[in-house]
Amino acid sequence: MSETTVRHSTAPTVWPQLEGLLHRVSKPARYIGGELGAAYKAPNKDLISWLFVYPDTYEIGLPNQGLQILYEIINERSDGRADRSYAPWTDLEALMRAQGIPLFSVEHHTPAGDFDVMAFNLSAELTYTNVLNCVDLAGVPVRADERNIDHPIVMAGGHCTYNPEPLADFLDVVVLGDGEEAVGEITDIMAQFRGSGSTDRTELLRELSHLEGVYVPSMYVAHYDGPALRAVEPRFPDVPAMVRKRTVSDLAEWPYPKNQLVPLTEVVHDRLSVEVFRGCTRGCRFCQAGMITRPVRERPADQVRTMVKDGLDRSGYDEVTLTSLSTADMSGVDGLVTDIMNDSDACGAGPLSVSLPSLRVDAFGVDIAAEIQRGRRTGLTFAPEAGTWRMRQIINKLISEDDLYGAVDAAYSQGWKRMKLYFLTGLPSETDEDTLGIGELAKNCVDIGRKYTKRASTTVSLGGFVPKPFTPFQWFGQNTDVELQRKIFLLKDSTKRMHGVNLKWHDPKATLAEGITARGDRRLGPVIEDVWRRGGTFQEWSEHFDVSLWTEAMERHGLSIDWYVYRHRTEDEVLPWDHLDAGLHKDFLWTDWMDALDEVGLPDCRWTPCYDCGACTGYGIEHVVASATAPAGGSQGTAGPRTKAVPVTLGMGPRQ
Amino acid sequence: MKIRVRFSKKGRVRFISHRDVARVFERALRVAGASVAYSEGFSPRPKISFGLALSVGFESDAEYLDVDLAAPVDQEDFPRKLSAALPDGLMVVAVAPLEPGTPSLQQSIVCCEWDFEVIGLDEAAITQAVSELLERSEVVLERDRKGKRTAVDIRPAVLSLKVAGPTANGVGLSATLATDQVTIRPDELIPLLGESVELSRAWRRKQWTNVDGQQLEPLAAAGDHRRETHVRDIGPIELAAAQNAAAGSKT
Ligand code: SF4
Repeated sequence: MSETTVRHSTAPTVWPQLEGLLHRVSKPARYIGGELGAAYKAPNKDLISWLFVYPDTYEIGLPNQGLQILYEIINERSDGRADRSYAPWTDLEALMRAQGIPLFSVEHHTPAGDFDVMAFNLSAELTYTNVLNCVDLAGVPVRADERNIDHPIVMAGGHCTYNPEPLADFLDVVVLGDGEEAVGEITDIMAQFRGSGSTDRTELLRELSHLEGVYVPSMYVAHYDGPALRAVEPRFPDVPAMVRKRTVSDLAEWPYPKNQLVPLTEVVHDRLSVEVFRGCTRGCRFCQAGMITRPVRERPADQVRTMVKDGLDRSGYDEVTLTSLSTADMSGVDGLVTDIMNDSDACGAGPLSVSLPSLRVDAFGVDIAAEIQRGRRTGLTFAPEAGTWRMRQIINKLISEDDLYGAVDAAYSQGWKRMKLYFLTGLPSETDEDTLGIGELAKNCVDIGRKYTKRASTTVSLGGFVPKPFTPFQWFGQNTDVELQRKIFLLKDSTKRMHGVNLKWHDPKATLAEGITARGDRRLGPVIEDVWRRGGTFQEWSEHFDVSLWTEAMERHGLSIDWYVYRHRTEDEVLPWDHLDAGLHKDFLWTDWMDALDEVGLPDCRWTPCYDCGACTGYGIEHVVASATAPAGGSQGTAGPRTKAVPVTLGMGPRQ
Repeated sequence: MKIRVRFSKKGRVRFISHRDVARVFERALRVAGASVAYSEGFSPRPKISFGLALSVGFESDAEYLDVDLAAPVDQEDFPRKLSAALPDGLMVVAVAPLEPGTPSLQQSIVCCEWDFEVIGLDEAAITQAVSELLERSEVVLERDRKGKRTAVDIRPAVLSLKVAGPTANGVGLSATLATDQVTIRPDELIPLLGESVELSRAWRRKQWTNVDGQQLEPLAAAGDHRRETHVRDIGPIELAAAQNAAAGSKT
């Protein structure tokens, strides 16, 4: 990073006004940009300009890989440019509103309203009110139908967009699935539209709705029968009745980010990230990420090695994480990890740490961990997710107790002293025996550790389960916050006297708020707007989260929490996302839901015959997996996706 | 071998913290190809030690760090290479080998020269307030130390204080403030000039060490036979000349 990265432009910038405020706010480094790898492509009216916005703080948003990938792809285009923005913290927001400073990009501090597109990454439901706040801070009307040709197109992508209906009033365009190709096609359409000289925004939106993977909520109308949804239908014959997600078939064609952003200030994942595969077919039934990102597409091992080496050389990081939903399942992962460590030893730049976002629950997983944490050792985390074998069959997380104890024994025997175990509570058909089983597992882990060290401890992290769209559990009625709290206290009481077992849990009230938006329909729009208007931003943060904003807004708008959150859905019910296609046949999901209730597991389709879930069969693509056999160890135990943590932790920020 | 690095911190990068600067340097040293020595143990850390922290928002011509290297670097080329690996606003000014036994930066810095821009009062009123402050034989400041309130006479820590004239947004001041024994921070000093006076910008211009009773620039203190490899500004402190670096060089 040198002087050459900063270019001067004549475009408007808020920097002169902002600069004088920064000594009055916490963590001003959030707002200065300057990251290694930032594009600094000068504002130019001839280019289609994108502002990628992460609707949470800089520390949380900056590492987001999806956003960084699309940012690079747009900046590589000769007809496009992109900047980034993050939600300003409440202290700066107050000063900005008082002084009339709009939301700005961190590169050129250009007002957000000057961009052609404001594209949000939606990774968590509790950030929805921040989306409204960012649009408003940009000086853009929050409701899509009040915008005109001079306003940016407000867009969203990311996992939450598989049910975008609660945000239908506010978003102009939603992109489903992998964005690598779609952002280019959108840029093409926008450039053509600009060339045509038309000023009809609706015409542009209608044109965009023809692109595969692009959903334009305003082109559809929802019909209701009392509280029930009857259908969501296109308004025009040329608008698709079913919007299919985008899937990049070969990850090798997209070696992004090539210039991962290296921030000047500390962020939540402050290390190099290289995505080793996308998709997961372990089939954990609670896991939306695993369902919607099918099939599995591995990056060639050689490309991973090159990306790691180049990334370390240019960034100066001494830690790399190999990301995916379950990295230990990567074909030949042990050889890959050894190669990466050897490459690093050969260049002599000091010890390198390799980390995996989740560990498989077996001794193989621990062996890899021992290999990669030569540099520096943190605690080990496993995700059995449920306390009894019965429950783990229901959620299709087929980890035996022997797998877990084998892994824990291996870990303590190799010098680790602290384990962390992730569990969910509020799962379908969960009994108190299942809940108490969590404590038993944790206690047995500590007992194993005692053989090796007196200081052995195990922390149980307990999250409340929120049923998500496009999973077999989408029909399940979420536990009430009262019931979740009862289960937490039950477990707390039972573990109180278990020496070495610590319990942490997520606020069940936040689980409730997440449940309201997760499976809501368009009638949730006014509720979200209401919560935002009453100051409910940064709802992922325990110090700002307020459940009463949500429950009172539901009441004011005549909507029932029972109906939206706690109610079991029936097979014939129209779901708010039925007009969207995540690749999964609805009857596949329903059969899997019935299997779950019968306590029947379903093996991984990577190494067994296809179940025709739809993700490959419907798209003419297949798994890209280098190894024809399941990885050594034989267990299906894998940690669930934890890249997007459960919303609110007690007493601290949203992530740990 | 150990080296001492002098660097500047200017512009937007002034908003990153001391801790952030440390992390940025760790990465930049790797990009520049320096092999930094690591500590032993369960969590090896690169052996880099920084001098006095610079508050978030303050700029500086004279920041320092000591690096323990596992292999020597080419001293001619190294400042340029390291600067190239640093973000805009952080620049390596000079590097010198560190003689074994040289006291650490934290132990040996005795005072710093500063330029300030203050707002809230006009130049005449500030000038008045400065001379009143300097005339006092005792200036008692209440401080919170580990939950206990203590009263300290900070007057001996104000080695010099002068009005340097008008600046872009306010009034310029130059000061030399002690950092050993009795100390005072810029954000403690400025409010003493009046309730409405606010520090809007601050530039650390120089830091001085005390080696065997002699005040030296920290690179000079690294080993006196190395003086010829240093850049400018080396010599015993002259308190009266503190205002030399005034408004002219401000960015
Ligand atoms: S279509 Fe078949 S192979 Fe592909 S993800 Fe679905 S079940 Fe697996």
